[in-house]
Order: sequence, then C-alpha cells, then structure tokens
Amino acid sequence: MSAPTYDLGKLHGGLRLPAHKNASTAEPIKNVPVPAQLILPIEQHVGEPAQPVVGIGDRVLKGQLVAEPDGEMGAPIHASSSGTIVAIERWPVSRRHGDKAPCIIIECDGKDEAIADAPIEDYRSLASADLLLRILDGGIVGLGGAVFPTAQKLMQARTCETEFLILNGVECEPYISCDDVLMRERAPAILGGAQILMHALNIDTCYVAVESDKPEAIACLAEVLGELDDPRIVLKQVPTIYPSGGEDQLVQLVTNREVPSGGLPTDVGCLVQNVGTAAAVADWILRGEPLISRVTTITGDGVAEPVNVRARIGTTIEEAIQYAGGYTDRAKHLVIGGPMTGKSVTTDEVPLVKASNCVLVLAETPSAGDELSCIRCGDCAAVCPVQLLPQQLFWYTCADDEKKLREFGLLDCIECGCCDLVCPSHIPLTADFRMAKGRIRELADEKARAERARKRFEARNDRLERELLEREAELDRQKESAKAAGPAAIAEILKRKQKPGNGDPE
Amino acid sequence: MRFEHRDAPHWSPKTNVASMMLQVLAALVPAALAHVWYFGPGFIFNLLVAGIFAIGGEAFVMWLRKRPAESALTDYSALVTAALLAFALPSLTPWWVTATGALFGVVVAKHLYGGLGFNIFNPAMAGYVVILVAFPMHLNLWVAPRMGDIDYQYLTIIQTLTYTLTGNLPDALGFDAVSRATPLDVMKSGLNNLATVTEIRANPIMGDFGGRGWEWIGNFLAFGGFWLLIRKIIRWQIPVGVGLGILVPATIFWLLGPGTNPSPGFHLFGGATILCAFFIATDPVSAATSPKGRLIYGIGIGFLIYSIRSWGSYADGVAFAVLIMNMAVPAIDYLTRPHIVGHDEESEADG
Repeated sequence: MSAPTYDLGKLHGGLRLPAHKNASTAEPIKNVPVPAQLILPIEQHVGEPAQPVVGIGDRVLKGQLVAEPDGEMGAPIHASSSGTIVAIERWPVSRRHGDKAPCIIIECDGKDEAIADAPIEDYRSLASADLLLRILDGGIVGLGGAVFPTAQKLMQARTCETEFLILNGVECEPYISCDDVLMRERAPAILGGAQILMHALNIDTCYVAVESDKPEAIACLAEVLGELDDPRIVLKQVPTIYPSGGEDQLVQLVTNREVPSGGLPTDVGCLVQNVGTAAAVADWILRGEPLISRVTTITGDGVAEPVNVRARIGTTIEEAIQYAGGYTDRAKHLVIGGPMTGKSVTTDEVPLVKASNCVLVLAETPSAGDELSCIRCGDCAAVCPVQLLPQQLFWYTCADDEKKLREFGLLDCIECGCCDLVCPSHIPLTADFRMAKGRIRELADEKARAERARKRFEARNDRLERELLEREAELDRQKESAKAAGPAAIAEILKRKQKPGNGDPE
Repeated sequence: MRFEHRDAPHWSPKTNVASMMLQVLAALVPAALAHVWYFGPGFIFNLLVAGIFAIGGEAFVMWLRKRPAESALTDYSALVTAALLAFALPSLTPWWVTATGALFGVVVAKHLYGGLGFNIFNPAMAGYVVILVAFPMHLNLWVAPRMGDIDYQYLTIIQTLTYTLTGNLPDALGFDAVSRATPLDVMKSGLNNLATVTEIRANPIMGDFGGRGWEWIGNFLAFGGFWLLIRKIIRWQIPVGVGLGILVPATIFWLLGPGTNPSPGFHLFGGATILCAFFIATDPVSAATSPKGRLIYGIGIGFLIYSIRSWGSYADGVAFAVLIMNMAVPAIDYLTRPHIVGHDEESEADG
C-alpha cells in the first residue's frame, strides 16, 4: 500500500471555497428506478452528434445500441432500459440552457431487460488497438463534465509518449460529491479501470489524485490499493483549493509540468481520466455494461434531501429531484453542474446526460449586485490559476482589441470563475471572457471563410486567364496552319463560311 | 418547473468597492486620532471641508454627466480622497485651500477622466499638488506638535475654526507664535546652511527618527497599513517597493556621509513616507496592476521621493513622485506581464 503523498507542483492563485458537500455525502448512493420515459439526446459528447440506428416503434433492450458515432469524433449511445422507441424529436437539453436538441425517446416497459452481450474473457489477452476499439463501443465519455469521447482520447494518447495516467478524483468544485461517493463505494472498479487503461496504453505509472478534504475516499482507495498490491498505482493527495481539479491544473499539481498553451496534457506525457470514467471503463470491459447510468449529485438549498443518485442516462431532472425529497419552497435557480462552471437551465424537463455530474438547485438567484467600473485592484490576477491579468483582459474586452486579447492570453482562460468571485466591482468577468472568446473564434472562422473565398476567386481568375491564353494559342496555331496551306485553301474556307443558311460545312 | 437563466459562476461575490473603501477609512482612524492629539482639532475641520467639497463635487459632476449620483457616492472613494488630502495638509489650513484641492482631485483628476476606475492620476495627490503650487505658503507651516517641552502657543477649538473659516489668527497671535517649520523643512534648510545632520537634529522638533508627533502618526499609519495588508485590501508589493526605493539610496548615502545625509530612519519616519507607502501609492486605480509591476512602481515612487527630498527644491516629494509614476503605469504594466501558465518564456519575449 502506498501512503498518500502531497503535491509536487504548485498552483497559482485559486480559491478556498466553502465545500457544501457534507449534505449530499451522508447517505450512500441511491438508485433511481426505471422511469416511464427516457430521453436520450444524440449529442452527449464532444464531436459530431451520434446517428440514430433505431426507428420509431422499435423495441430496444437495456444496453442496446440506439445511435452510433458519425465521423471520427463521437461516441455511441445505448438504451438505458428496455422499451419502445416512441419518438425521435427535439427536446430541451442542458447543453444550451433549455434550447432543444434532437433526442431519442424511449417509453420504458419496466422490465429492464438487458441485451445478451457477453463480456470479453480477459482484456489482458487483447492487443492494445482491439481494446481501444472495444472501449469505443461502450459509449464511454469523460464523466468529469467535459464528455470528451474516452476512446478517442486514448487513441490520441497512444500516438504520444505517455508516461503517466492521472486519475482525477479531485472534484474541487463546491457542492459536487458524485466522485467522492463513487470512490468510497466503488474503489475496486475505479482502480480496475485504471489497470485496464494502463494496459491499453502500456503506461507504467498511475497517480490517483484526491483532494485532501476527502479522507473517507482516500481511506477506501488506500485499502483497495493495499489488496491489489499493484505498485504502479500511487495515491496522491492534492491540496483542497479550487480549481485544482481542472485537467491542466491537475497535471501541474501532480507532475509539476505545464501543459503548453493550446496543447493537451499528452504533450507533457500525461493522460488524465476522471475516476468515474475509469469505473465506467471497468464496468464495460469486465462486466459488459455500457455507459447507461451515472452517479449525479442532487443538492442545494432548493432540494429537501441532498443526495447522490445513480440514475439512468435519459431520466429527466424533474424525476431525479423526487429522489432528493423534491424541491423546497425556496427553489429558484437550476444549475446543471457545479456553482462555478455549471450551466443554468430554465426547465427541469431536461434529461440527465453523460455530462451531468451535479444538479444544483439554489434557493436564490445569486445576484452580483450592480456592476461598477474596474478599480484595477488586481484581486482577480491574484486568484487566476493560469496567471492571467483579468483586469487587463477586461479592459481589452471592452475595447474589443483582438490582438491585445490574444497577447494577454484570453484563449488560455479556463473559465473557472475565480475572478468573478473576488471582484469588488462585481464585473461578470468570466461571462465577458467567454463572449470575447466566442467573438475571436467567429472572427477566425470568418477570416478562414474569406480566405477560402479569396483562394476560390483567384483560382477562377487563373483558370479564365489560362483558358484565354489557350484559346489565343489555338487561334494562332490555326492561322499558322491556314497560312501554310496557301491562299487557295483560305479562299475555300471563306466561301464556305459565307454560304447563306448553311452553317454546317457538310 | 421553470427557472431563471444566469451565467456561471452561480456564486455571489463576497467583497465590494464600498467595503474596501470603508476599510481603508477605518485603517486611517488611529492615525487621525493621533493627528488631532498632536496637532489640534484643525485636522477635523480640514477633513470636514475636504469631505464636503469632495462629495459635493462628485455629486455635481454625476449630475452633469446625467448619471445617478448615489452610485458614485456610495462607493466612498471621494471620502478616501478627502481623508488622504486632509492627512497631507497642515492642521491650520484655510477652507478655500482645502476646497480647491478636494474639488480639483475629484472633479478634474477623477471625473474628467471618466470617474472611479479611469483616472490616470491619484486624485488626492493631484489635488494636493495644485494647492502646493497655488498656495505654497499655506502648506509649509505646521503648528508645533503637542509635546510638553516644546514652547508653543495652543490654539483653542474656536480659534482653529476661526482660522479655517477666515484665514486669520486671533489678533494677539502672530503666525510665528503658533507654527513651526516641519522636520523635513528644518532638515533641508539646515543642510542648505551647511549645518550637520547632528546639529539639525538637536532642534526640539526632531524625535527619535523623524519629527516628534509626526513619527507617532507614522506608527499609527503603519499599524493601519498592516491591518489592510492582513485584510488583503492592499498587497505587499507597493509598500515594500516604496520602502526599498527610499531606504536603499538613503542607507547608501548615509553610510557614505552621515554628516550631510539624514539617516534612513529619518527618511522613513519624516514627512509622508508611511502614508504614501500604505495609503497613497496603493490606490489601485492609478497604480500598476501586475504584481511585479507594482513592486517596480513602488520602488520608482520611493526613489523619486528620496531624489526630490535630497536634490530637489521641495522639502517632501510624495505627491510629485506618485504623479510621475502614475504616468509610467501603462509602460510598467506592459513590460511586467506575468508568465502565463503553459506559455513559452521565449515566445513571450518575442511577443
């Protein structure tokens, strides 16, 4: 058994926030029964939306493929329970605060009949590439919230020299505790998943990083680690500070390496996977269960009994909330995700998806108060984990100065929200930066489009010019050959041309 | 159920500008009490005049700018400007002098540049420099500190108020009877008259390090300043920078020629060094904003203060030093950008 060790690297800034986690960790994970209806958005991952492979009226079994990835980036989607496809239509989703997106809707029959899918006998006998393809079929995506398709992430890592697998059990954002309870209850699955991932990528070292304020989770992991007796896996305790669980931040904390701007952790030899993702990999590879459910924290002053639930993907939030004792009278604000980076949604009809790590119901709509002018106090710069100068970025955001924004690292902003919290002038910095980033991306797209149009235009001009030259050359050639044929032949040609009503020489 | 939409983060900020300004004002209270104790009630009248004109000026400009006046007034920044100006003034100052400084600071230096957050120059120091240039005779003469063994004439509250309102002393009293040159003036004119530092420091107005009374106010200001540091209202870079900027040259010259150069302690406790280090140079709006930039900004101010005191024609140079460094802020900020995590040091140097 390896003793928990402290970090090697150091994070700049960050915030010590009240955790608000105890309310939801008192009870074990509660299983939400099969709902009457499942709503499965076809876009639950980074990349192209999956393409439905079922039709309306089809009966599907639990674990059956209902949509498959389209293109290079994506993940398949499986039915979370048995039932009938009743519709494929647009439904409110959490991605864009209550905007609608295409979803496959299953009316459940309550039998929860699973598809007979034999798990593979021993993953160690599989070649790395085959194991990755197998992981792709499980519909597994990053469960920390970023929902990057796991198989593609692994394939990308395989092309780099990856030294470390880092399992992210930091969960630094307040209120969220789904990883904490998962580590307490399912440490064997998490570490089993780590072994599978290490085998798939031929990695020799795995760090399991957990925040120091989760002693129970650390104890559970340490105990299972002792039984496993796998010296490749090392437990690492990281300081409790937000946002130490950000992917790049964690790499910095654990390995003291900086992920290059615009790069990936694999550029510095690290592959980061959420602990929940590791458990999902183990469930799929060892037990043949694709990603059809996840643990979600349902918490906040707006629910009666904060709790962690394991719900099927596609269960609506409205339904899941019932298992947290329902709303309180004070429920005013619904956030999918944590309080710092979560998305606010306007309706609870949205389904829980692979990304939903937390449903936060706040009693009051947090009001920042009136926005005042920036007084350049620099508190934002002091807490920025990427060491940006938000006060200067804000200035250039107002001026819409793209060159300066890039120079001052706007695109490196991880949108953690720390600067907003310490701003005495209550400026919504993160939202402003998000918008400015969008504008820069738009501008870049526009530029690329204009560039493409310019190239097309130039190519067309070149072609026209080339054709003109060719025609002239052809004419010259004909003239030359006519001259060579002599005056009699020319007269013959002219006579043929002048003959009325006869355009055709023959 | 329907809910309202809001952008992340969904967490209310804990601080606000008003509370920061109020804490700065609170940190000034012990020094203000000491001021009244040593130099009489004039400070209170100056504070009142400066406060009334600063707030009145701010309200007037907000009305001109067609903006709600309370949004500017409730941030208490005008009061901080007024308080800092009051600390810079002798306790006997006619009201129109104080009013000119307060109005110039708030109306011209702050609001003509766009209000709080947009001013390039420190409003209090801009106001102070205007009256230093316009009414020099009023700023050089301080009443002597209340110390048992110093021979001077007390002024009653009424007499002080009368002077503040009219600029006239009671008939029986001449200006010489109530006022003394400041320690920095004494030092400067003494050195100009080729006296040694030891001789000059024999003047009863001199204390352990700086001037009597003044150095106690300095202690209380430092006390308030440390409290602001602990509260993280200000950060260490600027106070440390100002200290280094003054103490390093002061120590070097003092070691080279202790007879003709006052000690580092005199520079630290004489004049407005401590007020500047903790309260004036730390005005965030007009200061450099990156951590390294702030250190450089502070060092620049400190060194300029030392230079003006030693080689300039003014006895103290805080206001000029601050205003000059205010002008250097954009360049400092541009040249001291911190290393962004994940960026190459080399490519940054190119950028």
